[in-house]
Amino acid sequence: MARVFVKGNEAVIKGAILAGCRAFYGYPITPASEIAEAAALLFPKVGGTFLQAESEIAAINMVYGAAATGERVMTASSSPGISLKQEGISYAAGSELPMVVIDVMRGGPGLGNIAPEQSDYHQIVKGGGHGNYKVLVLAPNCAQEMCDLTALAFELADKYRNPVIILTDGFVGQMMEPVELPEPITELPAKPWAVAATAETSGNLISSIYLEPNELELHNKNLQEKFSNITKEEVRYEEIMTRDADLIVVGYGIVSRILQTAVEEARAEGKRVGLLRPISLWPFPSTPLQDLAQTAKAFLVVELSNGQMVEDVKLSLNGRRPTHFYGRMGGVVPTTKELREVIDGLLEKTEAFS
Amino acid sequence: MVKEVLQKPDSFYDEFVRKPGTNPYSTHYCPGCGHGVVHKIIAEAMDDLGIREKTVFVSPVGCAVFGYYYFKCGNIQVPHGRAPAAATGIKRALPHSIVLSYQGDGDLAAIGGNNILQAANRGENITVIFVNNAIYGMTGAQMAPTTLIGQKTTTTPLGRSAENEGYPLRVSELLATLEAPVYIERVAITDAKHVMKARKAIRRAIQNQVEGRGFSFVEILAACPTGWKMLPVDANKWINDVLMDYFRLGMLKDKNGAAKPAEAVKKESLSTPTPETIIGILGEKQGPQDAYSQPVTDANFHNPRLKISGFGGQGILLLGQLLAQSAMLSNYCSTWLPSYGPEMRGGTANCHVIISDKHIGSPMVAETDVLIAMNLPSLDKFEHDVRKDGVIFVNSSLIERKVARNDVEVVAVPATEIADELDEPKVANVVMLGAYIGYTGLLSAESVLAAASRVVKRKEFMDINKKALTRGMHYAQKHKPQIVEVTA
Repeated sequence: MARVFVKGNEAVIKGAILAGCRAFYGYPITPASEIAEAAALLFPKVGGTFLQAESEIAAINMVYGAAATGERVMTASSSPGISLKQEGISYAAGSELPMVVIDVMRGGPGLGNIAPEQSDYHQIVKGGGHGNYKVLVLAPNCAQEMCDLTALAFELADKYRNPVIILTDGFVGQMMEPVELPEPITELPAKPWAVAATAETSGNLISSIYLEPNELELHNKNLQEKFSNITKEEVRYEEIMTRDADLIVVGYGIVSRILQTAVEEARAEGKRVGLLRPISLWPFPSTPLQDLAQTAKAFLVVELSNGQMVEDVKLSLNGRRPTHFYGRMGGVVPTTKELREVIDGLLEKTEAFS
Repeated sequence: MVKEVLQKPDSFYDEFVRKPGTNPYSTHYCPGCGHGVVHKIIAEAMDDLGIREKTVFVSPVGCAVFGYYYFKCGNIQVPHGRAPAAATGIKRALPHSIVLSYQGDGDLAAIGGNNILQAANRGENITVIFVNNAIYGMTGAQMAPTTLIGQKTTTTPLGRSAENEGYPLRVSELLATLEAPVYIERVAITDAKHVMKARKAIRRAIQNQVEGRGFSFVEILAACPTGWKMLPVDANKWINDVLMDYFRLGMLKDKNGAAKPAEAVKKESLSTPTPETIIGILGEKQGPQDAYSQPVTDANFHNPRLKISGFGGQGILLLGQLLAQSAMLSNYCSTWLPSYGPEMRGGTANCHVIISDKHIGSPMVAETDVLIAMNLPSLDKFEHDVRKDGVIFVNSSLIERKVARNDVEVVAVPATEIADELDEPKVANVVMLGAYIGYTGLLSAESVLAAASRVVKRKEFMDINKKALTRGMHYAQKHKPQIVEVTA
């Protein structure tokens, strides 16, 4: 298969097309614009639709309409744009529409800046829109995963009839790396529920409205059951040198890459450090963390935020082990050296504790 | 004719089973409400045009949110104001469908104002039914953009004032100024004569879509007796006497005979591409012959972490991309990270490149093995990040001062001058790239040229790039011993 050298943002579009996605509705925003630009170039060439919408809100609603017809469809934006899309994502979750949304996170709050942050964790993983819903969240840390996890996102979206969000950051979106392109998907799943303007589907209804409280409660219960199944089936993570580690560092996206280098350096000095990298942020890899709590003495969570994912790590560990946090904000990305100092400091403390 | 009027159209469900309550034969609308009449006109048109099965009815937020109780076709309920956007997604996905986008005045003219404007301006081949009753009905009779001056609503209890709320919005007139829409008409349904005209207009608006003509829009002045706190008879009289005076009935735009929109034509002519075609479009094919050799290098030059820096326009990012891509073609792992975010300060463009025979963790370069400085600010900014025994490539055409470090190798290359000699100042970056591979021997010239051929499409640029690369390589090779002596 072809190997290309591309930006993470472009890899997203290649993965989407290979997964059979044929429609992209978007709105320009740094640092996600390359996704729309790649879509504008490539979608028409494969018989697909690209349309630059009048707003983020229009874009997500165009995606909503296209998803209702059964088409594989996507949009992409960055933090402030995603805030605007949240109503549409809630509607899609309520109407059980599959769609893929890419969030290339930037600095906030407000206009913030265009540098990488991970401060959308709460708005993406915990909800963001109104109602009792969840979206599957995948967090790539390289261009290859930008391609592969986007393709996987379409599969999961269709499987569960639910929005899937790729949560990434400006660095992973902007950096270029080699990408091995997967084989194109030739058969898409049947969607008998869709409104496809055919005789067979003319009785179908896509809606999130359930006027009677009892009916809406039942709908919500069905959704919760689906979410419970997803929690059992779709946890994804990567562990690096964790088995004998005293200290487990936890990070996703670009942070996991820096942590990996820090862990490798620490190991070279004989220090027992391991990395757990959540690939699915929802469902969150709680069980692997709990398993590691049996052998590790302490945990360190590193994020480009004020400490958002660390809440899920603490919930998973439930007080069994000390959980530390190190965060940078505003687009400041810690260096390997900086994280080494944090790790070494904690190791000393951890040894003193044991 | 009498028989037709008494019959329920086939495009309505026989029993409205989706509607809660005990009576599956009546609608949920209030007595005297305009929606029921408009629904019936639409359903009859669907029957007559034989389009029921391929119709997609888009329900708004508002009283017509329950359109799917009645219309026996595909139904999609959408967020407040967004029907034209959702309809766009539907129609683009299903060019053969007939998309009926149905909205009230609060939904269409207030929260969704931009969506209707833009869908109309794109000339989406859809039919928009706009029911204007000068009020928010479902939420309890609040002011709409179409509420008349002086009209009392629950949010204008003393009557709408132009000073506070502005003037009522004439949406049809506004849309009629646009180039793309093919048909815009305002009608009423206050009596049999007006209903006949409304029937004709709605039928025409749908027929236009069937024929692929483009965006059609019918505004219907309709009564909301409950919201207006009037008897149905008085409500219709108020429309005739007052509302119509501000919202004049009639044709506002008629571009009959317009050509089919490009989108419909394009979609029809496209066939599904084969997997091979898709792969060809998405990525350059790489056969085994494309794996370039990894020349043996001095250990000091192996697995380098580079910073490449200069000012905008010097092709700094491209230099890094060519380097990282040729590393990929030589079966190394490589990453390229552009100057981005806070690092963009100071007017320099820079990128980080890592080339390694192992998996690369952090793509960021802090401690630097190789600095390529194309201008003075780059040298000032980054020379102290270079590790001991690292290498600094200096564009000596633009940097006059000496490198302040004496524990690194310095390679001074007059890259800009050499590029000028080639009559192409833009290739100073490629000259420097040539100097880098010539000096370190890390990558073959063939791999760099192969990388360039993936990026540079025009052949004449390939020729000049090849010359520039060769000149850079020769320069570095020729000057290598002297330069090392100078810095030692």
